[in-house]
Amino acid sequence: MGTVKCIRSPKDLEKLREEIKSKRKPSKSSVSVCVSTGCVALDASKVKEAFIAELEKQGLKDQVEIKETGCLGFCEQGPRVTIYPEEICYFKVKPEDAPEIVSKSILEKKVVERLLYKDPATGKGVQKLEDIPFYKYQRRLLLENNAKIDPKNIEDYIALGGYSALAKVLFEMTPEQVVEEVKKSKLRGRGGGGFPTGLKWETTRNAPGEPKYVIVNCDEGDPGAFMDRSLMEGNPHSVLEGLIIGAYAIGANEGFVYVREEYPIAVENISTAIRQAEEYGLLGEDIIGSSLSLRVKVHKGAGAFVSGESSALMTAIEGKVGEPRPKYVHTAVKGLWDKPSLLNNVKTWASIPLIVLKGAEWFRSIGTQGNSGTMIFSLVGKVNNTGLVEVPMGITLRDLIFKIGGGIRDGKKFKAVQIGGPSGGFIPEQHLDIPVDYDELVKVGSMMGSGGMVVMDEDTCMVDVARYFVDFLLEESCGKCIPCREGLRVLSSILSDICAGKGKSEDIQTTEEIAETMREALLCALGRTAANPVLTSLKYFRDEWEQHIIEKRCPANVCKALIDFYINPEKCQACLLCLKECPAGAIQGDKDQVHWIDQEKCIKCGTCYEICNFQAVKKLSGEPIPPPPKGMKPIRKLKGEN
Amino acid sequence: MKKVITLQIDDKEVKAEEGITILEAAQHAGVEIPTLCWYEGLEPYGACRFCSVEIEKRGRAQVVASCCYPAEEGLKVKTRSPKIVKIRKIIIELAATSAGEDVSSKMRALASEYNADLSRFRSKAPLSPTKCILCGLCVRRCIEANWESAIGFIGRGIYRCIALFPEKAGLCSTCSYCRDVCPTGRTCSTFGPRPPFPRVDDVLAGRK
Repeated sequence: MGTVKCIRSPKDLEKLREEIKSKRKPSKSSVSVCVSTGCVALDASKVKEAFIAELEKQGLKDQVEIKETGCLGFCEQGPRVTIYPEEICYFKVKPEDAPEIVSKSILEKKVVERLLYKDPATGKGVQKLEDIPFYKYQRRLLLENNAKIDPKNIEDYIALGGYSALAKVLFEMTPEQVVEEVKKSKLRGRGGGGFPTGLKWETTRNAPGEPKYVIVNCDEGDPGAFMDRSLMEGNPHSVLEGLIIGAYAIGANEGFVYVREEYPIAVENISTAIRQAEEYGLLGEDIIGSSLSLRVKVHKGAGAFVSGESSALMTAIEGKVGEPRPKYVHTAVKGLWDKPSLLNNVKTWASIPLIVLKGAEWFRSIGTQGNSGTMIFSLVGKVNNTGLVEVPMGITLRDLIFKIGGGIRDGKKFKAVQIGGPSGGFIPEQHLDIPVDYDELVKVGSMMGSGGMVVMDEDTCMVDVARYFVDFLLEESCGKCIPCREGLRVLSSILSDICAGKGKSEDIQTTEEIAETMREALLCALGRTAANPVLTSLKYFRDEWEQHIIEKRCPANVCKALIDFYINPEKCQACLLCLKECPAGAIQGDKDQVHWIDQEKCIKCGTCYEICNFQAVKKLSGEPIPPPPKGMKPIRKLKGEN
Repeated sequence: MKKVITLQIDDKEVKAEEGITILEAAQHAGVEIPTLCWYEGLEPYGACRFCSVEIEKRGRAQVVASCCYPAEEGLKVKTRSPKIVKIRKIIIELAATSAGEDVSSKMRALASEYNADLSRFRSKAPLSPTKCILCGLCVRRCIEANWESAIGFIGRGIYRCIALFPEKAGLCSTCSYCRDVCPTGRTCSTFGPRPPFPRVDDVLAGRK
């Protein structure tokens, strides 16, 4: 630890930074292991221990540093290990790979080819991160430092220029100037609403009432989304620095970080960050020797999706049940305990130090007019490369899905992409060339949301997937408003009926009526957007709804009640595999006899379809099932020798 | 002296004190806006959305709950536009989904006024009807009467219901204010003059 412990002036901060840097030799080898949730789930902790043991064994303990860092977003390729200073990225590293990496990459400075990421186009291993197609088209402003920082060590953040934005703000800018700079940057709320951040700051600053509060919203609950999580786990100080700057700008002395209890690493890392920042004099009383004081508390969320809505989140911090309240008077004026409260998303806060340091002009040069900066998406679903991607606003959906995402898995056809979490709308092929920004997405019936992006291929039934999201929201609606609670209940019931082949001709109209009412008349954004999946599914895939309701068939072969499994006798090799695995005993046949499915017994679990090595099992929907092959002998009992 | 502002409700110029809601301004001007979860003197809750109106502000049209939205200078309010009538029809039909057909005369009157079919979605609710539409008036009235509430919401989404908190049962002063405010008649139908405490739960929750 540095000799300067408590920073009392900007000079102290610079001195400390120089000290930390001088202690660290850039040529020193280091092994950086990702210990974020994704990689930890893939046993990254064991990989780290294997490296520690191996370095000890080879007597390199003092020459090589092991660093636990945050997430780089390419989680499906985890655990990720980077060797510095050569910046060699290894993916899917197992504990038993440690000896080879240490002897080859660290001692001999050679590359272990087999652990590199293989470019699917060329089949060659890629050594540097920026050459991997997944990263090539990204613009990583917020996530960049995740791989370079140990989130539990404030000195790592300081070494990379951390807290210099705070020092600049406190000693060179007035609060008004800070607000003006944020306004000029045209940053918009990254939580999904896209409200101009600077305007929100100004409103809170000018609102009458004391005390004022600053709040971080890290209640990320969308299925498959983990952008806020990675930022909070990987670089908590960037969020904290933004928050302190916000407190200075609006005149707050108290702050809250609302994190989901389900994010234990995020909770731990932000708590550690707060403690360390206090120790270093960067938080607490007289920050960096200025007159600003700020106390920050971590509030753990109890697992309600709706608490991500700003007024519900504030109600939850107040100690009540997290339910939205009317926001006709903005929370910026009457928020937490009816006091002016500045609530921003994790990504918004993390953008602030960058804007302060590099200027609003620079920030505006990224992205498009009216939509500046970058957005982090969690790209998941049926794409080849899944993970976190940070891209400039205005990139087209096609580039995002096909260049960064590497296209659709198994050469299938793209069908739709859902953006903005469970209440985002589906966007079909015809709109793939729209730029991704707040306004364009709303125009096609979807929304930016917090940045979830689920790609669907031709095997997805758009009625079934609308049903899935309605059911998700049904579980997560707080139940306060009648149109949301009862509307979702009725929608869920209608959609289940349609998927079960019990749809009626009037169902489409009823669905539209309810969905429109919800969109118009509800209290909170969750409710008003809850019908988006249904409305866009109807708008772009109406034919599928009609096929379900009128023809009683599911064109994507998904809805179980509307499909049948059938074994193509031409293709069946009578291998007995499906016959043995069928849990319902529905498959008839024998060693040398073509198999067939007894439809009476079939429970449509799909096991035979999954395991057949000859693609002999087919799904049929809306067509008659051919009768079993003629001349079938009664089934013989299998003898012992088989 | 509070500032007086002017707004337009259904093409009628209305003067109102600053700080009151659209609903209150309309009531003062003799324009009727139907409500379910609103009750004079109680904190507005904005849950039934039945009092929704269309407003036009700086050229932008929007649907808001009139019980919560503050009356603003120059606001144009439409309380009975075709869109609003349609929304109210759907809301009352939805409200009846779990409440059942045996609803209060107030709801029945509203249903016939808006051409709503109270049994439209009845088959979509798997539960036995409870009459309760979870407007929360009883809970809010209880807070007003006792400073704290002996009853409250439990559960989320479709599992939401009203229950008596056993540890707060002592608060219940059997004032029966809760039954006075219930718009569905749920509480008055079985709520006796002096019920034994545990029964409040059964009565109000309706769902066991």
